[in-house]
Parts: sequence; structure tokens; C-alpha cells
Amino acid sequence: MARTATAPGAPTTKLGTTAAELDDRLVISGWLRRTMNKVYPDHWSFLLGEIALYSFIVLLLSGTYLTLFFDASMREVAYAGSYAPLRGVEMSAAYDSALRLSFDVRGGLFMRQLHHWAALLFVSSIVVHLLRIFFTGAFRRPRETNWTIGVVMLVLALLMGVTGYSLPDDLLSGTGLRIISAILLSIPVVGTWVHFAIFNGPYVGESIIGRFYIAHVLLIPAILLALIALHLIILVKQKHTQFPGPGRTEHNVVGNRLFPTFAAKATGLVFLVFGVSAALGGLVQINPIWLWGPYNPAQVSSASQPDWYIGFLDGSTRLFPAWDMNLPGNYTIPALFWPTVVIAGAMFTVLALYPVIERKLTGDTASHHLLQRPRDVPVRTALGAMALTFYTVLWISGGNDVIALKFDISLNAMTWVGRIGMIVLPPIAYVIAYRICLGLQQHDREVLEHGIETGVIRRLPNGEFIEVHQPLGPVDEHGHGELAYGGAPVPKKMNQIGGARRAIRGFFSPTENPAQVELEQRAEDRGLAAAEGDRELTSSGRPSEGGRPSDGGRPQEPRD
Amino acid sequence: MNTHDTRPGSTGGADTPGPLHGGPDEDYTPEQLAAMSLDELDRLGARYDGVEIMHVEPGPEPGSPLEKRAVRQIGTVFTLAGLCAFASVVIYAGSGWFLPTWQWSVSESGWSAIFTPLVGALFGAAMILVGVGLVLYTKKLLPHETAVQDKHDASAFDRATAGATLVRTAHNSGLARRKLITRSLAFMGGGLGLMLIMPLGGLIKNPNTGDPLGTTPWKQGVRLTRLDGSPIRPGDQEPGSLETVFPAVPGGNRAANAATMLIRLRPEQVAANRPRPGQGNLGYGDYVAYSKICTHAGCPVSLYEQETSRILCPCHQSQFDVTQGAKPVFGPASRPLPQLPITVDASGYFVARSDYLEAVGPTYWNRRRI
Repeated sequence: MARTATAPGAPTTKLGTTAAELDDRLVISGWLRRTMNKVYPDHWSFLLGEIALYSFIVLLLSGTYLTLFFDASMREVAYAGSYAPLRGVEMSAAYDSALRLSFDVRGGLFMRQLHHWAALLFVSSIVVHLLRIFFTGAFRRPRETNWTIGVVMLVLALLMGVTGYSLPDDLLSGTGLRIISAILLSIPVVGTWVHFAIFNGPYVGESIIGRFYIAHVLLIPAILLALIALHLIILVKQKHTQFPGPGRTEHNVVGNRLFPTFAAKATGLVFLVFGVSAALGGLVQINPIWLWGPYNPAQVSSASQPDWYIGFLDGSTRLFPAWDMNLPGNYTIPALFWPTVVIAGAMFTVLALYPVIERKLTGDTASHHLLQRPRDVPVRTALGAMALTFYTVLWISGGNDVIALKFDISLNAMTWVGRIGMIVLPPIAYVIAYRICLGLQQHDREVLEHGIETGVIRRLPNGEFIEVHQPLGPVDEHGHGELAYGGAPVPKKMNQIGGARRAIRGFFSPTENPAQVELEQRAEDRGLAAAEGDRELTSSGRPSEGGRPSDGGRPQEPRD
Repeated sequence: MNTHDTRPGSTGGADTPGPLHGGPDEDYTPEQLAAMSLDELDRLGARYDGVEIMHVEPGPEPGSPLEKRAVRQIGTVFTLAGLCAFASVVIYAGSGWFLPTWQWSVSESGWSAIFTPLVGALFGAAMILVGVGLVLYTKKLLPHETAVQDKHDASAFDRATAGATLVRTAHNSGLARRKLITRSLAFMGGGLGLMLIMPLGGLIKNPNTGDPLGTTPWKQGVRLTRLDGSPIRPGDQEPGSLETVFPAVPGGNRAANAATMLIRLRPEQVAANRPRPGQGNLGYGDYVAYSKICTHAGCPVSLYEQETSRILCPCHQSQFDVTQGAKPVFGPASRPLPQLPITVDASGYFVARSDYLEAVGPTYWNRRRI
């Protein structure tokens, strides 16, 4: 004891000695310091992937709870639980236990709905995260591997959803199962064999719920967990991308260190994701299985729709024409094969290979750590808009019967709108997105060259009225800005370059002394208050004027 | 031997770390480190990890109104979170104890109807408030710093040395020369791989044995019954009506591919009826029976609009015309619904004359065409 007390820098507090004891055994402080010092860029769009991760944690927790009560068996039982309208009805043990979980387990309904909402949030956040990565070019070398892993995880998330919502064995999920069976049967050559391997015989058999169950609670989650770990390891190894901005280069990361800022925010986000799922699970009813009734192959409800993320497949299935291919020898490729297996397969294959495709097309094989603004890559942005439009048409068509009903439109008309729309609309979206990108690019260049419109109108001695422009940086002899576009947002309002004082803090009443704030602002040497003396406004910057950088509005106050 | 045995093993000599131990401990003695302030140590460590702290905006001054206000705010948020959490627990545990029961029955609209929303809302609110509190804490009380970390490109040194270790071992193993070993390894790998996936063979079932996809429980003389098992006579149904019928066999009303629609045509439908070629005599009088299983994706086609004689599948909106042999007239279905041959038995009840003439339900690769 005496020895440690005299050693320089030796811990004196109890916590400190504990930490030192730990480090003696694990030699962990170096790793801990490196981890805590890791810098994370600070941008809201970087949280999307985290939301997916945290909702997966919520799913693991709530799902484990549900397994305590769920019985994945298709044995026929007569319901005897506390939901009166179904008492005495013959149903599968799976549906029976899902009902008991909802009505006879304290808080069970809450947990079931929380699980379902978290699942919707999980898939949604993955999709939005994917869009962010796509449109900002974050998938470019060296991150192609992580992109592909992400696409695989998206597919697994969809499989998680399908196997999950098929489990309760109610009338809605049974209908979905029947369609899955038909899709498997539609695969050429091996379809019936695959179907019999998965369903253990013809539809419906007695095995499928049990098999989906083990896939849903063990197989796919285990693969997902492994892929998440890989995704994160690669992410940490490669470090984050960042948007271009002051001081940001291809060789650094600017932002907050993990500890404490990023860690606190991330922990806050865990609670927010959990909280939102829980609030939705309690307040907003989802999949009220007791209203659907037990599954019977002879029954169906109108407006039977899958969860949102399968909607696009339902839509493509509705739109695709009845084109069976009758091959010689009494063999058939069913029409159902194309809109389900082929379209979905093609969509996800193209998605997974997109980094390679873009690399081939652009010949850009360099490493990139700075993100791109979507407007700066018009072709990619337009391709994305095209793909999204195609997806959206399919997705809307997945509910075309509901739309037809609610808006009193002919169902056949809705189908034709979808059929034509899925071919015509994507190219239109491409052109529009492309033009918008070019327009935005041009406007950025214009502001860089001519300055920000101040809204201040001046009358020249010859009677001409011009709007005074504020250049963003040094100007040449024609009054044109000399700043080059750097891939970062260009300020387009005076407030963004300190044209106004910052707002005084306080929601109901000011919590700061306005005079004090103004003094601070002057000291900070930014904003109008500080620039009062040396403000330099130039002319509109139109080349026809030949530029008047020297007299361009310097002495005149706008109100003169 | 005692616990203070300092003998360094069998080789003798002092037990001190070798020269490769090194690292920053060589550059900074414990005394130097002890003399540095927390801030200095923090920055030193950061710099060692390639992180430069560029700019620190300190949090609000201790004791300032801004700080007091932020502390009050954040404290309130955390307190509210605790309140919500406790309230949620009280409602969860107290229902059925000192609060009304949580068990819900259809007629009830009181406490049990709001139990789940209440527990969920409070649970969610508690979690959300904790999250909000943490974010507020970072935003309002912690110093805001901007840090820059260097990104390192792949190191040529690491690549060369790691590569050398690998290549050297490959050379030493002599696998390139010792062909027998590589070939036997490949052979072994193939065998083991097959053996490991071999048990999956248990999943495989021949779909063509007994033609389960092409047959249904219907056969000659099987009565058409309703869901509750009651048989049907001609005259039980109004013209223009549809009834779902099942084969009168055990489990017939749950069989996946047996559900059949028994439709009584109206006189004008009978007049307009154009059955499929060769299937004109499968009905009985003004009665026709078609499979209820959609030929597209297997959903039960359920919606019958007798004015237009159309049957609509609610899953993908295929439409079948009853007066044209249930031919698909719109949507993704490509084949007519198969027709069940029916007649009436000696007791005057509907019976099937045989099974369906073709496979019912979705199309598959080797489905027989008629």
C-alpha cells in the first residue's frame, strides 16, 4: 500500500484504485483512450444507421419476451381464452397463444405491438440510411464492401419481417403465407421441390409455422448480428465519411470525440428509439389479430395488405400481366415468377452491385472520404430518383384496391395507371431530377460569382435600379467572386453569413441580456455588428455594368 | 516456494521487459505525467491517437443564469422521466390490485381499455424524456469541442512485413511443390463440405409422389357441404347467389385446396353461359361449381358481383367471368378457375362426380395442361 501511495500519479480515490487494478489485469487503458478519442462527424443524417441498430436492440429485447408466451405449433385447439367472440373457435396453437399473449398476459399486447412497431422502424431506418448513403456517394471506394453488407442486411430484415408477421397464423398472415407458397411454386424447374422442402409437403401442412419461427428467432437474427458486427468493425476501421466543409479533407475526420459528446448523444438516441417504439406500441394499435380470426384457406378479407416494406412486391404482382410461358413438353413458367422472384431479385442485385456499376461507368477508382452533395452528381441522383419512382409506383399499386375504394376510382383503372406509370414515370423523374440538379449547381455558381442577393435596391445616378449583392469572398476587378465551388453548401441568405445578430436565447422570455450578447458578438468579430465599419457591398455584379467594386454601395445606407 | 518468488524462470537473469516494450512510457516518466493537468493529459493522449482538439466552446459559466436555467430544465426532464416510469410501474402492477382489472372484455370501455395505452404512453414518455435529457445535457451543459482526427492510408511497411510472414510460411509449407497434399486437401474439403450439408437432405420431399399438387379431397360421390358440415340441395340457394362448399370428408373444411364456390346462375346468365370447350356438362342445371383457390397466387377468390358475373380475388385483383367458364378477364391470373363436376345423389344432395379435372391453385412448372 505504501508503495502505491508514493508512486507519482498513483490513484488516490477508491474509483481510481479500482480502475488501476482493472488496468493492471486487462491492460485496457490504451484501447479505452483510443476508443474515447475516436472522432465522429456531427451530422443528423449519420444517425439514421444508428436508429436501425437501436431498433434492432429493441426488437431483440421485446422479441425475447414474446417467445416466453408464443407456441409455434399448428396443432388444432379450441380457443378458451378471455376474448369472448372467439371462444370455442377451432384454431392453431400459434394463433391461440398469440391471442392469449394479447389478452391474458399482463402487458403482453403492449409488448407485441412494441415489437411490431420497432420492426417497422427497423426496416424504415435501414431504407432511409441506404438512401442517405446512396445519394451522398458514401458507398464509393473503399466502402463498397460495407454497402453490399448493408444491402444483404436489408434483405434479411425483409425476411425477418415476413417470417415474423406470418407467425400469428391469423387470417391475414395465412393469406400472406399462401402467396409465399404460390411464389415458391412459381420458380421454374425446382419450384415444387423448394416448396416441399420448406413447407414439408404441399400447402399448408403442419410444419411451416415452426420452421418460420426458428428462422425468425434464431437463424436470421444470428446472421444479422454477425453482419451488424462486421458492418460496424469495417466502419470503425475505415472511419466515417464527412461532408465537405472548412478544414475537412480526404485525410481527416472533423467532429466530436466519442467521449463524452458522441456517447451521450448516442445513448440519448437509444432511449428515444426505445421510447418512440414503446409509445407507439401502447398508443397506436397495430395488427389487431383478434379481428382477423383464425386462418382458413377458404377465407380472406378484402384489403389484405402486407407490412409496408413488402408492399412493392404486392404491387408488382398486381401489375404484372397474365403472361404464363407455356413451354413444350407441358412445362410452364408461371406469370407470378416474374414480378416476385425476378423483379425483387433484380432490384436487390442491382442495388448490391451499384458501387461496382458506378465505378465501371465513371472510371472513378479513387478512394473517397468526402461526401458529395446530390446536386453535384446529377446522373446518380437522377438514377436514384428514377429507382425511387419505380418503387413508389409499385408500392402505391400494392394498395390500389384501397385507393380505388376510398376515392371511388375503377379498380381496373388503378391497375392500368400502375402498369403505365411504372414504365413512363421513372424516365420522367430522371429528367426532372437531372434538371433540378443542374439548376441548383448553377445557382451555387451564380452566388459564388455575383454574391448573395441582399434585397437592398439602389438607384444609380443614371436612374437604373440595381440590387446590391454581397460577395462571399474577394472579388476581381469586375466585381466577380473568386471563390471556387468546394462541394459544400453555399450560403444564400445574409443571415447565414452573419447578416443578422444571433437570436437572443430564451423561449418565453429572454434569458440573456441583449446588450451583453451584442458586445460578445462584436468581440467575436463576426456578424453585422462587428462588420459595421468595413462592410463592403458591391453592385449587382452584372458584367454589363463593368463592375463597380470600389463604389459599389460602400457609403450608402440602404435607406438613403 | 512462496508468493514472492522472483525467479524469472529457467533461463535465469533479471525479469524485466525487453527493449521492444517501449512506447510512450519511454518518452514520459510517471513524474512528468503526474505534473501535468487533466486538460494537458487529455490533449496529450488525443494527440497520441492522431486527434487534435481545434476549438472548445466552454459550457455556460458556473453559477450563471444560463447554467442555472439549463440545470433546472434538465433536472426537470429527468425527474419527469422518473415520474413516468414509476407511474407506468404502478399502473402495471396495481391493476387488479388497488386499481380496476386490466383484463379487457369486448363490452368494456373503462380502465381495461386504457390499460395498454396508458402503460405504453408512460413507458414511452419515460424513455423519450431520458433521451431528451441526455441530448439537452450535451447541448446545454457540456463544452462543445471540435476535434480533428487523421485518417491513415494503408502502410507500405505493414503490408510488406505482414506479406513477408505469410509468403514465407507458404514457401516453408511447400504446398506449391507437394501436389499430393494439395490434391488430397481439395478432395477432403469437397467430401467434408458435402457431408456437412448432407443432413439437409432430410428436408427434401418428392412433390410428384402421389401428385399432391394435382389432387384434392374431392372424388366421386363426395357431398358438397357448408362450413358447418350441412349438405346442400338444389333449391337451397337463390339464383345469382354463391356459397362456399367443402368436401364431406374429415378435415374437408380446412383442406388447403378443396374450397369450392357453388354458384346458382340467374336465367340470363344461363342463357349467356359459354363454358370452356369440352366442359359444358360439368354443372347441374343452373348450378356451376368452381374452385375457390385463385389460379394466380392461391388466395380464395371471394368477391362475387352477380350483375357482371365477375368474381374478384382481393389479393391481386384478378377477375374471373362465371359465364365464360370462370375465365380470367382482368388482372394477373392467367388460367380459368377449374370447374368441379357436380350432380345430385339419390337423397337429392349435391355430390361431386369426380375430382377436379386439373390441378387447382397457382401454376407450377410441371402442372398438366388440359
